[in-house]
Amino acid sequence: MSLFVLRRILTLAATLIGASLIIFLVLDALPGNAAQMLMGADASPDAVSALTVKLGLDQPLLYRYAHWIGGMLVGDLGNSYVYGTPVAGLIAERLVLTIPLAIMSMLITVVLALATGIYAAANHNKIGDVGVMSLTQIGIALPTFWFAILLILLFAVKLRWLSAGGFAGWDDGIWEGIRSLLLPAISLALVQAAILARVTRSAVLEVLREDFVRTARAKGLSKREALWSHVLRNAMIPVMTVMGLQFANLLAGTIVIENVFYLPGLGRLIFQSIANRDLIVVRNCVMLLAAMVVTVNFVVDVLYAFIDPRIKVHNL
Amino acid sequence: MNASANPPLIEVEDLGVRLNTSRGAAQAVRKVSFSLLRGETLGLVGESGCGKSVTALALMGLLPDSAVVSGSVRLDGSELVGLKDADYRKLRGNRISMIFQEPMTALNPMHTIGRQVAEPLRRHKELSAAAARKEAIALLDRVGLPDAARRADAYPHQFSGGQRQRITIAMALACQPDVLIADEPTTALDVTLQGQILDLIADLVDERGMAMILISHDLGVIAENAQKMMVMYGGTVVESGPTAEVFARMGHPYTQGLFRARPRLGAKKGTRLKTIAGTVPELADLPAGCAFADRCAIVQSRCRAALPPAVEVKADHQVRCLRTNVSMAELA
Amino acid sequence: MSGATTVTADTPTATSRRPAAGFWRRALRHRSFVLGGTLVLLVFVAALVSFVWTPWSPYDIDMAAKLKPPSAAHWLGTDAFGRDVVSLLLVGARSTILVGVIAVGIGLSFGVCLGLTAAARKGWVAELIMRMSDFTFAFPAILSAIMLAAAFGPGMVTSIIAIGIFQIPIFVRITRGSANAVWAREFVLAARASGKGTLRITIEHVLPNILSVLIVQATIQFALAILAEAALSYLGLGTQPPQPSWGRMLNDAQTLLFEEPSLAVYPGAAIAIAVLGLNLLGDGLRDLLDPRLARER
Repeated sequence: MSLFVLRRILTLAATLIGASLIIFLVLDALPGNAAQMLMGADASPDAVSALTVKLGLDQPLLYRYAHWIGGMLVGDLGNSYVYGTPVAGLIAERLVLTIPLAIMSMLITVVLALATGIYAAANHNKIGDVGVMSLTQIGIALPTFWFAILLILLFAVKLRWLSAGGFAGWDDGIWEGIRSLLLPAISLALVQAAILARVTRSAVLEVLREDFVRTARAKGLSKREALWSHVLRNAMIPVMTVMGLQFANLLAGTIVIENVFYLPGLGRLIFQSIANRDLIVVRNCVMLLAAMVVTVNFVVDVLYAFIDPRIKVHNL
Repeated sequence: MNASANPPLIEVEDLGVRLNTSRGAAQAVRKVSFSLLRGETLGLVGESGCGKSVTALALMGLLPDSAVVSGSVRLDGSELVGLKDADYRKLRGNRISMIFQEPMTALNPMHTIGRQVAEPLRRHKELSAAAARKEAIALLDRVGLPDAARRADAYPHQFSGGQRQRITIAMALACQPDVLIADEPTTALDVTLQGQILDLIADLVDERGMAMILISHDLGVIAENAQKMMVMYGGTVVESGPTAEVFARMGHPYTQGLFRARPRLGAKKGTRLKTIAGTVPELADLPAGCAFADRCAIVQSRCRAALPPAVEVKADHQVRCLRTNVSMAELA
Repeated sequence: MSGATTVTADTPTATSRRPAAGFWRRALRHRSFVLGGTLVLLVFVAALVSFVWTPWSPYDIDMAAKLKPPSAAHWLGTDAFGRDVVSLLLVGARSTILVGVIAVGIGLSFGVCLGLTAAARKGWVAELIMRMSDFTFAFPAILSAIMLAAAFGPGMVTSIIAIGIFQIPIFVRITRGSANAVWAREFVLAARASGKGTLRITIEHVLPNILSVLIVQATIQFALAILAEAALSYLGLGTQPPQPSWGRMLNDAQTLLFEEPSLAVYPGAAIAIAVLGLNLLGDGLRDLLDPRLARER
């Protein structure tokens, strides 16, 4: 068992290192002189070289890469090319919004999706199932940001219940903060939930067809009891796989949603930095996002071992 | 045989099942009747698609909601047809149990076998977790699982096919049911295991005085384990009677075909395998008359007109054929 | 009595060949296929028509005519720069389809080749390919687009590459999974026993048998690519002005939500229609091409 986890951790480390290499390659090695880009095409060569040295861009690539990785381990991500302030601080400020938003969305998604998916499977081919399938069929076709805009149209423009954007901050109290994140989280969650609900439904239906469910009923369990004690645990495996894969979409969606609602989160930081040519900020943000995706998938992988007894013995 | 006298334990009369298939309604089972006393084993023989499993599921009340069951099934006098699921549940696994064909997929891979064997005990006998576990271990031991106490916490994938079938047997018999339905319990197992498992089942049935319905497509299995037998084809029982009697003087052309189709040890090289011409009809396409009409060598037009009635050719030996005088002519 | 042999059941053939006529007959009766196909056709036709004719030029700015409601001249009204909405939608369809087709094309060509190789070679080659494609999963389209846009600037090419790269591992996985199943089948063993080479077996036997899976997956991926392209254009990382794109139309419309809300509806609806159509088409194809693929929907 511990061998299993160890192997997964090694894979995780290898993936993270690989990711950092690619990110460094694309954002630092390939584009050419970042200082040139920052100052523009008309700047004098002297000014450009001065900035190059100041930003440490004259050092050899390998050194810069090592410096970056080393810094990451102690929490020093370097300084912004544009502002000069530590990148770590900039990111931390924004995470205070992005992480709660992502968590809220994830929670709403999971609860909504599991409930509707199981409900649809339990009422297979009846009205409840047909209704859920039609709704989700439309749901998966909607671009998240469009759906968010429509919600803004409804709740902010027409009904004026919620604001059309902006973040109140946590200083006014947790509830106020959550309130401004509510519409963003819901708009993101509804579309994600449509996808996950369909997956849940088909996973549950698959398991319902298995022989051991028939055995359970032959032992005297009712359909509902068979569903809860025998089916769900088995169905959770494919569902969890999808949830893990969807996390990447969730993060991507969070970034997009932040733009829709003008929320000062990680997403806005990234886009501002792209516009400003502040490549070091972009680099660290992308690394952070990639790391989050990879780590979540790692966690899901390990969770399998706890849920599915077959894995412990067979797949080390 | 230790058959206790008097009223039959299970009595089936004119059982019919109509299923909704993708091609419309299909009468999967027609006019099946039999009765069993305690300690008796009934063998049910037929090819795939003849309705044996549907009959079994009908007895268990496990058909899909869209199925329509007609006729009567009486367990110890109480009528089962039309029973609400909430009431049927109390009987399943408790007074009437079933073992299925495929042991590899019959158990939930996520639960320990101890828990699965204890489940009917906790549900029907309301035993505590500890008491149920103790009982489950005893059962696992009885079915021949070595080191039962320790292995009760193991998972199904850690056992072989033969062992898994023993576990399902333990599960089915946990609550001491009156009737056991075994649907091809050894078909998916190695030939070497078949004898062991069948002997185990026979022992347990004998020990506990249960009635058993043993479903198989293998005549040898029926011969060794069932006192009475029924041959099914196209959803009806075409022949029934004491096993020895049917084997000695089979009356229905289909039964005769089945017997002749068995490969013989010691046959001369180059002997062709005998087969029955034609194919098994689809349930949705069953004719109004005798289902075997299209494949029968001695068919006449009146055979197709209506389902032939069961003719008693000897005591308790019935054949559903209009031309038994021809089919049984060669027999003494 | 019986002397003739029994009729044997259908033996599986090497390739499931469905007569083309039979396919179309069934297809045209399949609801999902027809509905989905119609919607998709609509979008393609819109894009094609835009090459020949649009009511107005989508590049013409006419501030005097800005934010007009629907009328005989402008069927869906005008935007903040006086541009005709219908024309914008028609020309926007081009970028949507172009990005989708090329990105999926990239995914298909690289993904299928790699997947087939992984299935045919096994061993360390397969391991390497699978590990690398698993690795790519860490970079969803948006992340790649962000990196590419930061390094090389935003644009349609950026979005095509970003979306295309992410399609590759999906096709690798699917191809390899299906191909493995075909390699295990008996007629392939027979081919190998008769001395056929791996490449020939792959082309003659494996590929035709996995085609249905690939076609269905391609339609699904096309739908996802459209959504990704829309998001990227919305964020400003994709198709750049003045080239019209549905995603960016939504961005422009958002600033005017209080004044002219209808502008936010049309482009989003267009995207949803295209995606819905592709999803339905994919479902229909799945049912029609290989009933075994059609799980309970």
